[in-house]
Amino acid sequence: MGSFPVARRIRRPRSYYIGVGIFFLMLAGLIGFIYYSTLKIDYVWRWYRIPQYFLYHDTIESRAEINGIVDRISQEGETVTIVVSGNDGTESYTSPAGDIRVSEGDIIYSGDVLTVHRKWKAGILVQGMAMTLKVSVIAIIFGILIGLFTGLARLSDNPALKWSAVTYIELIRGSPLLVQIFIWYFAFGTLMNTLIAKSDGLQSLLRGVLGTQQIVQVPPLWFGVAALAFFTGAYVAEMVRAGIQSIHRGQTEAARSLGMTYSQCMVHVILPQALRRVIPPLAGQFISLIKDSSLLGIIAIRELTKATREVVTTSFQPFELWTICALLYLFLTFTLSMALQYVERRTIAS
Amino acid sequence: MIDVQNIYKTFLVPHRVEALVDVSTAIAPGEVVVVIGPSGSGKSTFLRCLNRLEHADTGHIFIDGIDVLDPKTDINKVRAEVGMVFQSFNLFPHKTVLQNVTLAQTVVRRRPKAEAHDKAMALLTKVGLPDKINVYPDQLSGGQQQRVAIARALAMNPKVMLFDEPTSALDPEMIGEVLEVMKTLAREGMTMVVVTHEMGFAREVADRVIFMDAGAIVEVGTPEHFFKNPTHDRTKLFLSQIL
Ligand SMILES: Nc1ncnc2c1ncn2[C@@H]1O[C@H](COP(=O)(O)OP(=O)(O)OP(=O)(O)O)[C@@H](O)[C@H]1O
Ligand SMILES: [Mg+2]
Repeated sequence: MGSFPVARRIRRPRSYYIGVGIFFLMLAGLIGFIYYSTLKIDYVWRWYRIPQYFLYHDTIESRAEINGIVDRISQEGETVTIVVSGNDGTESYTSPAGDIRVSEGDIIYSGDVLTVHRKWKAGILVQGMAMTLKVSVIAIIFGILIGLFTGLARLSDNPALKWSAVTYIELIRGSPLLVQIFIWYFAFGTLMNTLIAKSDGLQSLLRGVLGTQQIVQVPPLWFGVAALAFFTGAYVAEMVRAGIQSIHRGQTEAARSLGMTYSQCMVHVILPQALRRVIPPLAGQFISLIKDSSLLGIIAIRELTKATREVVTTSFQPFELWTICALLYLFLTFTLSMALQYVERRTIAS
Repeated sequence: MIDVQNIYKTFLVPHRVEALVDVSTAIAPGEVVVVIGPSGSGKSTFLRCLNRLEHADTGHIFIDGIDVLDPKTDINKVRAEVGMVFQSFNLFPHKTVLQNVTLAQTVVRRRPKAEAHDKAMALLTKVGLPDKINVYPDQLSGGQQQRVAIARALAMNPKVMLFDEPTSALDPEMIGEVLEVMKTLAREGMTMVVVTHEMGFAREVADRVIFMDAGAIVEVGTPEHFFKNPTHDRTKLFLSQIL
Protein backbone atom coordinates (compact mmCIF):
# COMPACT_ATOMS: atom_id res chain seq x y z
CA MET A 1 0.00 0.00 0.00
CA GLY A 2 1.49 3.28 -1.04
CA SER A 3 0.82 6.25 1.16
CA PHE A 4 1.78 9.75 0.23
CA PRO A 5 3.83 11.71 2.68
CA VAL A 6 1.42 14.47 3.51
CA ALA A 7 2.73 17.49 5.30
CA ARG A 8 0.38 17.64 8.23
CA ARG A 9 0.14 20.51 10.62
CA ILE A 10 0.48 19.59 14.20
CA ARG A 11 -2.89 19.98 15.87
CA ARG A 12 -2.57 22.01 18.95
CA PRO A 13 -5.10 22.16 21.77
CA ARG A 14 -7.51 25.09 21.92
CA SER A 15 -5.78 26.47 25.03
CA TYR A 16 -2.66 27.08 22.93
CA TYR A 17 -4.47 29.48 20.60
CA ILE A 18 -6.15 31.19 23.52
CA GLY A 19 -2.68 31.71 25.00
CA VAL A 20 -1.43 33.25 21.75
CA GLY A 21 -4.43 35.56 21.69
CA ILE A 22 -3.83 36.65 25.28
CA PHE A 23 -0.19 37.38 24.50
CA PHE A 24 -1.00 39.74 21.65
CA LEU A 25 -3.82 41.35 23.62
CA MET A 26 -1.44 42.08 26.47
CA LEU A 27 1.15 43.49 24.08
CA ALA A 28 -1.39 45.76 22.42
CA GLY A 29 -2.74 46.72 25.84
CA LEU A 30 0.70 47.71 27.09
CA ILE A 31 1.49 49.80 24.03
CA GLY A 32 -1.96 51.38 24.17
CA PHE A 33 -1.56 52.18 27.84
CA ILE A 34 1.82 53.84 27.29
CA TYR A 35 0.48 55.83 24.37
CA TYR A 36 -2.54 56.90 26.37
CA SER A 37 -0.37 57.99 29.29
CA THR A 38 1.86 60.09 27.07
CA LEU A 39 -1.20 61.84 25.68
CA LYS A 40 -2.21 62.61 29.29
CA ILE A 41 1.04 64.53 29.80
CA ASP A 42 0.57 66.29 26.46
CA TYR A 43 3.48 64.54 24.80
CA VAL A 44 3.34 65.08 21.05
CA TRP A 45 4.58 62.13 19.06
CA ARG A 46 6.56 63.25 16.04
CA TRP A 47 7.88 60.14 14.33
CA TYR A 48 8.29 62.09 11.09
CA ARG A 49 11.21 63.92 12.68
CA ILE A 50 13.20 60.74 13.18
CA PRO A 51 14.34 59.84 9.61
CA GLN A 52 16.54 62.96 9.37
CA TYR A 53 18.78 61.52 12.09
CA PHE A 54 19.44 58.55 9.86
CA LEU A 55 19.86 60.27 6.54
CA TYR A 56 19.52 63.90 5.60
CA HIS A 57 19.78 66.05 2.55
CA ASP A 58 22.60 68.46 3.20
CA THR A 59 22.90 71.75 1.35
CA ILE A 60 26.41 72.62 0.28
CA GLU A 61 27.27 76.08 -1.01
CA SER A 62 30.36 76.96 -2.94
CA ARG A 63 31.44 80.58 -2.43
CA ALA A 64 33.80 82.94 -4.17
CA GLU A 65 36.97 83.87 -2.30
CA ILE A 66 37.89 87.04 -4.25
CA ASN A 67 36.17 90.08 -5.69
CA GLY A 68 35.90 90.10 -9.48
CA ILE A 69 33.97 89.27 -12.58
CA VAL A 70 32.64 85.87 -13.60
CA ASP A 71 34.68 85.16 -16.68
CA ARG A 72 33.48 81.83 -17.82
CA ILE A 73 31.05 79.08 -16.74
CA SER A 74 31.71 75.74 -18.31
CA GLN A 75 29.65 72.67 -17.51
CA GLU A 76 30.85 69.19 -18.16
CA GLY A 77 28.37 66.51 -17.29
CA GLU A 78 27.62 66.79 -13.59
CA THR A 79 30.40 69.23 -12.69
CA VAL A 80 30.70 72.90 -13.38
CA THR A 81 33.77 75.11 -13.42
CA ILE A 82 33.41 78.81 -12.78
CA VAL A 83 36.35 81.08 -13.55
CA VAL A 84 36.45 84.40 -11.71
CA SER A 85 39.00 87.05 -12.60
CA GLY A 86 39.72 89.79 -10.10
CA ASN A 87 42.32 92.48 -9.67
CA ASP A 88 44.88 90.14 -8.14
CA GLY A 89 44.45 87.25 -10.53
CA THR A 90 42.09 84.55 -11.67
CA GLU A 91 40.55 81.73 -9.65
CA SER A 92 38.49 78.79 -10.80
CA TYR A 93 35.94 76.93 -8.70
CA THR A 94 34.84 73.41 -9.54
CA SER A 95 31.80 71.91 -7.89
CA PRO A 96 28.91 69.58 -8.66
CA ALA A 97 26.42 71.37 -10.88
CA GLY A 98 23.39 72.01 -8.73
CA ASP A 99 21.91 75.44 -8.74
CA ILE A 100 24.25 77.87 -10.52
CA ARG A 101 23.62 81.24 -8.88
CA VAL A 102 25.77 83.47 -11.14
CA SER A 103 26.04 84.07 -14.87
CA GLU A 104 28.95 85.14 -17.04
CA GLY A 105 29.79 88.84 -16.69
CA ASP A 106 28.37 89.19 -13.14
CA ILE A 107 30.33 91.28 -10.71
CA ILE A 108 30.75 89.37 -7.49
CA TYR A 109 32.30 89.91 -4.10
CA SER A 110 34.24 87.60 -1.89
CA GLY A 111 31.79 85.36 -0.03
CA ASP A 112 29.08 85.42 -2.70
CA VAL A 113 27.40 82.08 -3.36
CA LEU A 114 28.37 80.66 -6.75
CA THR A 115 26.59 77.29 -6.74
CA VAL A 116 24.37 75.35 -4.39
CA HIS A 117 24.06 71.61 -4.49
CA ARG A 118 22.51 69.05 -2.21
CA LYS A 119 23.91 65.81 -0.99
CA TRP A 120 22.66 62.87 1.14
CA LYS A 121 24.57 62.44 4.36
CA ALA A 122 24.49 59.85 7.14
CA GLY A 123 22.67 61.24 10.17
CA ILE A 124 23.98 61.28 13.70
CA LEU A 125 22.26 58.03 14.71
CA VAL A 126 23.85 56.16 11.83
CA GLN A 127 27.21 57.68 12.71
CA GLY A 128 26.70 56.64 16.33
CA MET A 129 25.80 53.13 15.28
CA ALA A 130 28.88 52.95 13.07
CA MET A 131 31.00 54.00 16.06
CA THR A 132 29.37 51.37 18.28
CA LEU A 133 30.05 48.77 15.61
CA LYS A 134 33.65 49.88 15.15
CA VAL A 135 34.43 49.90 18.87
CA SER A 136 32.74 46.52 19.36
CA VAL A 137 34.46 44.80 16.45
CA ILE A 138 37.93 45.98 17.49
CA ALA A 139 37.26 45.06 21.13
CA ILE A 140 35.96 41.62 20.14
CA ILE A 141 39.03 40.86 18.04
CA PHE A 142 41.44 41.93 20.76
CA GLY A 143 39.23 40.31 23.40
CA ILE A 144 39.54 36.96 21.62
CA LEU A 145 43.32 37.27 21.34
CA ILE A 146 43.74 38.33 24.97
CA GLY A 147 41.31 35.64 26.12
CA LEU A 148 43.00 32.89 24.16
CA PHE A 149 46.42 33.80 25.50
CA THR A 150 45.21 34.26 29.08
CA GLY A 151 43.18 31.05 28.98
CA LEU A 152 46.30 29.11 27.98
CA ALA A 153 48.40 30.93 30.57
CA ARG A 154 45.81 30.09 33.21
CA LEU A 155 46.36 26.39 32.51
CA SER A 156 50.14 26.66 32.50
CA ASP A 157 52.24 25.16 35.27
CA ASN A 158 54.53 28.17 35.30
CA PRO A 159 53.55 30.45 38.24
CA ALA A 160 54.59 33.60 36.35
CA LEU A 161 51.99 32.84 33.69
CA LYS A 162 49.37 31.17 35.81
CA TRP A 163 49.33 33.71 38.64
CA SER A 164 49.37 36.66 36.24
CA ALA A 165 46.39 35.17 34.45
CA VAL A 166 44.48 34.53 37.66
CA THR A 167 45.21 38.02 38.99
CA TYR A 168 44.11 39.67 35.77
CA ILE A 169 40.94 37.58 35.47
CA GLU A 170 39.91 38.16 39.09
CA LEU A 171 40.63 41.91 38.99
CA ILE A 172 38.57 42.38 35.84
CA ARG A 173 35.70 40.16 36.85
CA GLY A 174 35.54 41.59 40.34
CA SER A 175 35.10 45.25 39.47
CA PRO A 176 32.44 47.18 37.52
CA LEU A 177 33.12 47.89 33.87
CA LEU A 178 32.20 51.54 34.42
CA VAL A 179 34.98 51.87 36.99
CA GLN A 180 37.41 50.14 34.64
CA ILE A 181 36.55 52.60 31.88
CA PHE A 182 37.21 55.49 34.26
CA ILE A 183 40.55 53.96 35.24
CA TRP A 184 41.57 53.47 31.62
CA TYR A 185 40.57 56.98 30.65
CA PHE A 186 41.32 59.14 33.67
CA ALA A 187 44.22 57.19 35.16
CA PHE A 188 46.04 55.33 32.40
CA GLY A 189 44.90 57.85 29.78
CA THR A 190 46.10 60.90 31.67
CA LEU A 191 49.30 59.15 32.62
CA MET A 192 50.06 58.04 29.11
CA ASN A 193 49.14 61.28 27.39
CA THR A 194 51.08 63.35 29.92
CA LEU A 195 54.14 61.17 29.49
CA ILE A 196 53.86 61.42 25.72
CA ALA A 197 53.44 65.20 25.92
CA LYS A 198 56.39 65.61 28.29
CA SER A 199 58.84 63.54 26.34
CA ASP A 200 60.12 65.71 23.52
CA GLY A 201 61.85 62.83 21.84
CA LEU A 202 58.71 60.73 21.79
CA GLN A 203 56.64 63.68 20.58
CA SER A 204 58.88 64.40 17.63
CA LEU A 205 59.07 60.72 16.81
CA LEU A 206 55.27 60.35 16.84
CA ARG A 207 54.84 63.56 14.85
CA GLY A 208 57.24 62.22 12.28
CA VAL A 209 55.42 58.90 12.06
CA LEU A 210 51.96 60.46 11.88
CA GLY A 211 53.11 63.36 9.70
CA THR A 212 51.53 66.08 11.83
CA GLN A 213 52.67 69.28 13.54
CA GLN A 214 50.21 69.15 16.43
CA ILE A 215 50.80 67.69 19.87
CA VAL A 216 50.19 63.98 19.55
CA GLN A 217 47.77 62.43 22.04
CA VAL A 218 46.09 59.04 22.22
CA PRO A 219 42.40 59.71 21.52
CA PRO A 220 39.75 58.53 24.05
CA LEU A 221 38.52 55.95 21.54
CA TRP A 222 41.55 53.76 22.20
CA PHE A 223 41.17 53.82 25.96
CA GLY A 224 37.54 52.86 25.52
CA VAL A 225 38.45 50.02 23.19
CA ALA A 226 41.17 48.86 25.60
CA ALA A 227 38.75 48.85 28.53
CA LEU A 228 36.23 46.75 26.59
CA ALA A 229 38.85 44.41 25.12
CA PHE A 230 40.49 43.66 28.47
CA PHE A 231 37.10 43.29 30.13
CA THR A 232 35.94 40.82 27.48
CA GLY A 233 39.33 39.08 27.42
CA ALA A 234 38.99 38.05 31.07
CA TYR A 235 35.65 36.37 30.44
CA VAL A 236 36.83 34.80 27.18
CA ALA A 237 39.85 33.41 29.07
CA GLU A 238 37.61 31.57 31.50
CA MET A 239 35.56 30.17 28.63
CA VAL A 240 38.68 29.05 26.78
CA ARG A 241 39.96 27.40 29.93
CA ALA A 242 36.68 25.60 30.53
CA GLY A 243 36.57 24.58 26.86
CA ILE A 244 40.06 23.11 26.95
CA GLN A 245 39.37 21.28 30.20
CA SER A 246 36.21 19.80 28.76
CA ILE A 247 38.20 17.95 26.10
CA HIS A 248 38.90 14.38 27.16
CA ARG A 249 42.41 13.64 28.42
CA GLY A 250 42.70 10.85 25.87
CA GLN A 251 42.91 13.41 23.09
CA THR A 252 46.06 14.94 24.54
CA GLU A 253 47.50 11.50 25.22
CA ALA A 254 46.83 10.33 21.66
CA ALA A 255 48.40 13.45 20.19
CA ARG A 256 51.42 13.40 22.49
CA SER A 257 51.97 9.66 21.99
CA LEU A 258 52.33 10.40 18.28
CA GLY A 259 55.20 12.72 19.09
CA MET A 260 53.40 16.05 18.89
CA THR A 261 54.74 18.82 21.10
CA TYR A 262 52.49 20.60 23.59
CA SER A 263 51.82 23.44 21.17
CA GLN A 264 51.26 21.18 18.16
CA CYS A 265 48.76 19.23 20.24
CA MET A 266 47.03 22.46 21.29
CA VAL A 267 46.87 23.93 17.80
CA HIS A 268 45.83 20.82 15.87
CA VAL A 269 43.87 18.77 18.36
CA ILE A 270 42.68 20.53 21.50
CA LEU A 271 41.88 24.12 20.51
CA PRO A 272 39.81 23.28 17.40
CA GLN A 273 37.58 21.09 19.54
CA ALA A 274 37.54 23.43 22.52
CA LEU A 275 36.75 26.58 20.54
CA ARG A 276 33.86 24.84 18.84
CA ARG A 277 32.32 24.12 22.21
CA VAL A 278 32.93 27.66 23.35
CA ILE A 279 31.08 29.39 20.52
CA PRO A 280 27.68 29.62 22.28
CA PRO A 281 28.97 31.25 25.48
CA LEU A 282 31.28 33.46 23.40
CA ALA A 283 28.27 34.67 21.43
CA GLY A 284 26.61 35.71 24.68
CA GLN A 285 29.75 37.53 25.76
CA PHE A 286 30.01 39.45 22.50
CA ILE A 287 26.37 40.48 22.69
CA SER A 288 27.06 41.81 26.18
CA LEU A 289 30.03 43.68 24.77
CA ILE A 290 27.91 45.49 22.19
CA LYS A 291 25.49 46.54 24.92
CA ASP A 292 28.29 47.48 27.33
CA SER A 293 29.85 49.75 24.70
CA SER A 294 26.99 52.16 25.55
CA LEU A 295 29.03 53.09 28.64
CA LEU A 296 31.75 54.63 26.48
CA GLY A 297 29.63 57.78 26.01
CA ILE A 298 30.93 58.99 29.37
CA ILE A 299 34.47 59.31 28.03
CA ALA A 300 33.43 61.40 25.04
CA ILE A 301 33.13 58.62 22.52
CA ARG A 302 30.07 59.38 20.46
CA GLU A 303 28.61 55.91 20.08
CA LEU A 304 24.95 55.14 19.63
CA THR A 305 23.79 55.97 23.16
CA LYS A 306 25.68 59.25 23.36
CA ALA A 307 24.52 60.17 19.87
CA THR A 308 20.92 59.52 20.91
CA ARG A 309 21.37 61.60 24.04
CA GLU A 310 22.69 64.49 21.98
CA VAL A 311 19.76 64.35 19.59
CA VAL A 312 17.31 64.15 22.48
CA THR A 313 18.63 67.37 23.99
CA THR A 314 18.13 69.24 20.72
CA SER A 315 14.97 67.64 19.39
CA PHE A 316 12.92 67.10 22.57
CA GLN A 317 11.60 63.79 21.27
CA PRO A 318 12.93 61.41 23.94
CA PHE A 319 10.25 58.74 23.64
CA GLU A 320 10.75 58.15 19.92
CA LEU A 321 14.52 58.43 20.05
CA TRP A 322 15.16 56.11 22.98
CA THR A 323 12.82 53.56 21.46
CA ILE A 324 14.74 53.77 18.20
CA CYS A 325 18.04 53.56 20.07
CA ALA A 326 16.97 50.34 21.76
CA LEU A 327 15.78 48.89 18.47
CA LEU A 328 19.11 49.69 16.83
CA TYR A 329 20.97 47.83 19.59
CA LEU A 330 18.57 44.96 19.13
CA PHE A 331 19.35 44.99 15.43
CA LEU A 332 23.11 44.81 16.10
CA THR A 333 22.92 42.07 18.73
CA PHE A 334 20.42 40.03 16.74
CA THR A 335 22.57 40.18 13.60
CA LEU A 336 25.63 39.08 15.58
CA SER A 337 23.76 36.26 17.21
CA MET A 338 22.50 35.04 13.81
CA ALA A 339 26.00 35.24 12.35
CA LEU A 340 27.49 33.21 15.19
CA GLN A 341 24.74 30.62 14.99
CA TYR A 342 25.61 30.24 11.34
CA VAL A 343 29.30 29.78 12.18
CA GLU A 344 28.42 27.27 14.88
CA ARG A 345 26.21 25.21 12.57
CA ARG A 346 28.91 25.19 9.91
CA THR A 347 31.72 24.11 12.23
CA ILE A 348 29.62 21.36 13.78
CA ALA A 349 28.56 20.07 10.38
CA SER A 350 32.17 19.75 9.29
CA MET B 1 64.83 -2.89 21.63
CA ILE B 2 63.25 -2.10 24.99
CA ASP B 3 65.17 -2.42 28.20
CA VAL B 4 63.37 -1.73 31.46
CA GLN B 5 65.46 -1.72 34.62
CA ASN B 6 63.97 -1.61 38.11
CA ILE B 7 61.27 0.97 37.59
CA TYR B 8 59.00 2.14 40.37
CA LYS B 9 55.92 4.29 40.09
CA THR B 10 53.85 5.49 43.02
CA PHE B 11 50.71 7.63 42.67
CA LEU B 12 50.03 9.92 45.61
CA VAL B 13 46.69 11.35 44.55
CA PRO B 14 43.89 10.63 45.22
CA HIS B 15 45.62 8.21 47.60
CA ARG B 16 48.93 6.42 47.75
CA VAL B 17 49.14 3.54 45.26
CA GLU B 18 52.30 1.66 44.40
CA ALA B 19 51.42 1.06 40.76
CA LEU B 20 54.81 -0.36 39.74
CA VAL B 21 57.26 -2.02 42.07
CA ASP B 22 60.71 -2.90 40.79
CA VAL B 23 59.70 -3.86 37.27
CA SER B 24 62.46 -5.07 34.95
CA THR B 25 62.28 -6.75 31.57
CA ALA B 26 63.93 -6.69 28.17
CA ILE B 27 62.11 -6.96 24.87
CA ALA B 28 63.98 -7.96 21.72
CA PRO B 29 63.29 -6.56 18.25
CA GLY B 30 60.41 -8.38 16.57
CA GLU B 31 59.25 -9.88 19.84
CA VAL B 32 55.56 -9.91 20.74
CA VAL B 33 54.98 -9.64 24.47
CA VAL B 34 51.54 -9.97 26.00
CA VAL B 35 50.97 -8.50 29.46
CA ILE B 36 48.18 -9.97 31.55
CA GLY B 37 47.05 -9.46 35.10
CA PRO B 38 44.07 -8.47 37.25
CA SER B 39 42.55 -5.01 37.18
CA GLY B 40 44.70 -2.45 38.95
CA SER B 41 47.84 -4.59 38.72
CA GLY B 42 49.75 -1.84 36.88
CA LYS B 43 49.62 -3.08 33.28
CA SER B 44 48.54 0.26 31.83
CA THR B 45 50.96 2.15 34.01
CA PHE B 46 53.80 -0.07 32.82
CA LEU B 47 52.88 0.54 29.17
CA ARG B 48 52.46 4.29 29.66
CA CYS B 49 55.83 4.53 31.37
CA LEU B 50 57.48 3.15 28.25
CA ASN B 51 56.67 6.31 26.23
CA ARG B 52 56.68 8.53 29.31
CA LEU B 53 52.96 9.30 29.33
CA GLU B 54 53.61 8.46 32.97
CA HIS B 55 56.99 9.38 34.36
CA ALA B 56 58.52 6.47 36.33
CA ASP B 57 59.88 7.59 39.70
CA THR B 58 63.13 5.65 39.59
CA GLY B 59 64.84 3.12 37.37
CA HIS B 60 65.85 3.19 33.75
CA ILE B 61 64.06 2.66 30.47
CA PHE B 62 65.97 2.40 27.22
CA ILE B 63 64.22 2.29 23.89
CA ASP B 64 66.54 1.58 21.00
CA GLY B 65 69.36 2.67 23.26
CA ILE B 66 67.81 6.02 24.15
CA ASP B 67 67.34 6.79 27.83
CA VAL B 68 63.63 7.65 28.05
CA LEU B 69 63.80 9.03 31.59
CA ASP B 70 66.76 11.31 30.95
CA PRO B 71 65.47 14.91 31.11
CA LYS B 72 67.80 15.80 28.23
CA THR B 73 66.13 13.27 25.93
CA ASP B 74 63.73 14.82 23.41
CA ILE B 75 60.74 12.74 24.40
CA ASN B 76 58.81 13.70 21.27
CA LYS B 77 61.45 11.99 19.15
CA VAL B 78 61.09 8.83 21.24
CA ARG B 79 57.30 8.93 21.08
CA ALA B 80 57.36 9.28 17.30
CA GLU B 81 59.11 5.91 17.21
CA VAL B 82 56.68 4.27 19.64
CA GLY B 83 53.11 3.80 18.44
CA MET B 84 50.35 3.54 21.02
CA VAL B 85 46.81 2.21 20.71
CA PHE B 86 44.31 2.97 23.46
CA GLN B 87 41.36 1.11 24.83
CA SER B 88 39.07 4.04 24.01
CA PHE B 89 40.55 4.67 20.51
CA ASN B 90 41.04 8.41 21.12
CA LEU B 91 40.62 9.33 17.46
CA PHE B 92 40.44 13.06 16.74
CA PRO B 93 36.69 13.63 16.31
CA HIS B 94 37.07 16.89 14.37
CA LYS B 95 39.20 15.26 11.67
CA THR B 96 38.23 12.77 9.00
CA VAL B 97 39.65 9.26 9.02
CA LEU B 98 42.22 10.29 6.43
CA GLN B 99 43.20 13.45 8.35
CA ASN B 100 43.52 11.39 11.54
CA VAL B 101 46.16 9.30 9.79
CA THR B 102 47.97 12.14 8.00
CA LEU B 103 48.05 14.74 10.81
CA ALA B 104 51.05 13.54 12.80
CA GLN B 105 52.88 12.56 9.60
CA THR B 106 52.80 16.16 8.36
CA VAL B 107 53.16 17.85 11.75
CA VAL B 108 55.73 15.61 13.43
CA ARG B 109 57.49 13.86 10.56
CA ARG B 110 57.13 16.89 8.28
CA ARG B 111 56.23 14.71 5.31
CA PRO B 112 54.86 16.42 2.23
CA LYS B 113 51.06 16.25 1.93
CA ALA B 114 51.09 13.86 -1.02
CA GLU B 115 53.45 11.45 0.65
CA ALA B 116 51.41 11.47 3.87
CA HIS B 117 48.26 10.91 1.86
CA ASP B 118 49.71 7.91 0.01
CA LYS B 119 51.02 6.43 3.22
CA ALA B 120 47.62 6.88 4.88
CA MET B 121 45.82 5.30 1.93
CA ALA B 122 48.13 2.31 2.00
CA LEU B 123 47.62 1.79 5.74
CA LEU B 124 43.87 2.30 5.64
CA THR B 125 43.71 -0.27 2.86
CA LYS B 126 45.80 -2.60 4.98
CA VAL B 127 43.39 -2.33 7.93
CA GLY B 128 40.47 -2.82 5.57
CA LEU B 129 38.98 0.69 5.51
CA PRO B 130 39.91 2.22 2.15
CA ASP B 131 36.32 3.33 1.52
CA LYS B 132 35.94 5.24 4.81
CA ILE B 133 38.64 7.86 4.36
CA ASN B 134 36.35 10.88 4.24
CA VAL B 135 34.14 9.84 7.12
CA TYR B 136 34.34 11.27 10.63
CA PRO B 137 35.21 8.87 13.47
CA ASP B 138 31.77 9.04 15.12
CA GLN B 139 30.27 7.50 11.98
CA LEU B 140 32.36 4.36 12.41
CA SER B 141 31.79 1.27 14.54
CA GLY B 142 34.15 0.62 17.46
CA GLY B 143 36.09 -2.00 15.55
CA GLN B 144 36.53 0.33 12.58
CA GLN B 145 37.65 3.17 14.87
CA GLN B 146 40.24 0.98 16.52
CA ARG B 147 41.60 -0.07 13.12
CA VAL B 148 41.91 3.60 12.14
CA ALA B 149 43.74 4.21 15.42
CA ILE B 150 46.17 1.41 14.55
CA ALA B 151 46.72 2.91 11.10
CA ARG B 152 47.28 6.32 12.69
CA ALA B 153 50.01 4.90 14.92
CA LEU B 154 51.60 2.88 12.10
CA ALA B 155 51.75 5.95 9.88
CA MET B 156 54.68 7.19 11.94
CA ASN B 157 56.72 4.09 11.00
CA PRO B 158 57.17 3.17 14.66
CA LYS B 159 59.76 0.69 15.79
CA VAL B 160 57.53 -0.51 18.62
CA MET B 161 53.77 -0.70 19.02
CA LEU B 162 52.09 -0.54 22.43
CA PHE B 163 48.50 -1.76 22.77
CA ASP B 164 46.53 -1.09 25.96
CA GLU B 165 43.52 -3.42 25.95
CA PRO B 166 42.69 -2.58 22.34
CA THR B 167 39.63 -4.82 22.22
CA SER B 168 38.16 -4.30 25.70
CA ALA B 169 35.77 -1.55 24.65
CA LEU B 170 34.51 -3.48 21.61
CA ASP B 171 31.37 -5.49 21.03
CA PRO B 172 32.31 -9.20 20.76
CA GLU B 173 31.63 -9.41 17.03
CA MET B 174 34.20 -6.66 16.35
CA ILE B 175 37.04 -8.04 18.39
CA GLY B 176 38.08 -10.44 15.65
CA GLU B 177 38.69 -7.80 12.99
CA VAL B 178 41.01 -5.83 15.28
CA LEU B 179 42.91 -8.92 16.41
CA GLU B 180 43.34 -9.93 12.76
CA VAL B 181 45.12 -6.63 12.03
CA MET B 182 47.34 -7.12 15.07
CA LYS B 183 48.21 -10.67 14.07
CA THR B 184 49.23 -9.47 10.61
CA LEU B 185 51.47 -6.89 12.23
CA ALA B 186 53.05 -9.51 14.47
CA ARG B 187 53.71 -11.79 11.51
CA GLU B 188 55.39 -8.92 9.69
CA GLY B 189 57.90 -8.68 12.51
CA MET B 190 56.67 -5.62 14.44
CA THR B 191 57.89 -5.37 18.03
CA MET B 192 54.73 -5.31 20.11
CA VAL B 193 53.74 -4.99 23.76
CA VAL B 194 50.10 -5.88 24.18
CA VAL B 195 48.00 -5.61 27.31
CA THR B 196 45.00 -7.86 26.72
CA HIS B 197 42.69 -10.45 28.15
CA GLU B 198 42.43 -12.23 24.78
CA MET B 199 44.12 -15.51 25.62
CA GLY B 200 43.55 -16.88 22.12
CA PHE B 201 45.60 -14.03 20.76
CA ALA B 202 48.33 -14.62 23.33
CA ARG B 203 48.47 -18.33 22.52
CA GLU B 204 48.65 -17.69 18.79
CA VAL B 205 51.14 -14.84 18.44
CA ALA B 206 52.87 -14.11 21.75
CA ASP B 207 56.53 -15.00 22.09
CA ARG B 208 56.33 -14.29 25.77
CA VAL B 209 53.64 -13.61 28.36
CA ILE B 210 54.18 -11.43 31.41
CA PHE B 211 51.85 -11.81 34.36
CA MET B 212 51.64 -8.81 36.66
CA ASP B 213 50.01 -8.46 40.04
CA ALA B 214 50.04 -5.62 42.56
CA GLY B 215 52.51 -3.62 40.48
CA ALA B 216 55.10 -6.37 40.14
CA ILE B 217 55.98 -8.93 37.49
CA VAL B 218 55.06 -12.25 39.05
CA GLU B 219 55.71 -14.73 36.27
CA VAL B 220 57.17 -14.68 32.78
CA GLY B 221 57.08 -17.45 30.21
CA THR B 222 55.95 -18.75 26.87
CA PRO B 223 52.21 -19.08 26.23
CA GLU B 224 52.53 -22.90 26.52
CA HIS B 225 54.11 -22.52 29.93
CA PHE B 226 51.20 -20.37 31.11
CA PHE B 227 48.51 -22.64 29.75
CA LYS B 228 50.08 -25.95 30.74
CA ASN B 229 51.85 -25.45 34.04
CA PRO B 230 51.91 -21.99 35.61
CA THR B 231 54.04 -22.02 38.76
CA HIS B 232 52.67 -19.27 40.99
CA ASP B 233 49.42 -19.60 42.85
CA ARG B 234 48.34 -16.10 41.91
CA THR B 235 48.89 -16.89 38.25
CA LYS B 236 46.86 -20.08 38.55
CA LEU B 237 44.06 -18.21 40.29
CA PHE B 238 44.01 -15.46 37.68
CA LEU B 239 44.08 -17.86 34.73
CA SER B 240 41.35 -19.99 36.24
CA GLN B 241 39.18 -16.88 36.47
CA ILE B 242 39.58 -15.70 32.90
CA LEU B 243 39.88 -18.94 30.93
N1 LIG C 1 46.78 8.76 36.99
C1 LIG C 1 46.64 8.02 38.12
N2 LIG C 1 46.49 8.63 39.30
C2 LIG C 1 46.33 7.89 40.43
N3 LIG C 1 46.31 6.58 40.48
C3 LIG C 1 46.45 5.90 39.33
C4 LIG C 1 46.60 6.59 38.08
N4 LIG C 1 46.70 5.69 37.08
C5 LIG C 1 46.61 4.47 37.70
N5 LIG C 1 46.47 4.59 39.03
C6 LIG C 1 46.38 3.50 40.00
O1 LIG C 1 47.46 2.66 39.79
C7 LIG C 1 47.10 1.30 39.90
C8 LIG C 1 47.45 0.59 38.61
O2 LIG C 1 46.64 1.09 37.58
P1 LIG C 1 46.68 0.58 36.08
O3 LIG C 1 45.75 1.42 35.32
O4 LIG C 1 48.07 0.54 35.64
O5 LIG C 1 46.11 -0.88 36.22
P2 LIG C 1 45.72 -1.89 35.08
O6 LIG C 1 46.46 -3.13 35.35
O7 LIG C 1 45.88 -1.25 33.75
O8 LIG C 1 44.19 -2.14 35.37
P3 LIG C 1 42.96 -2.30 34.34
O9 LIG C 1 42.98 -3.73 33.94
O10 LIG C 1 41.79 -1.98 35.20
O11 LIG C 1 43.20 -1.36 33.24
C9 LIG C 1 45.60 1.29 40.17
O12 LIG C 1 45.44 1.09 41.55
C10 LIG C 1 45.15 2.64 39.78
O13 LIG C 1 44.09 3.05 40.60
MG1 LIG D 1 44.62 -0.59 32.18
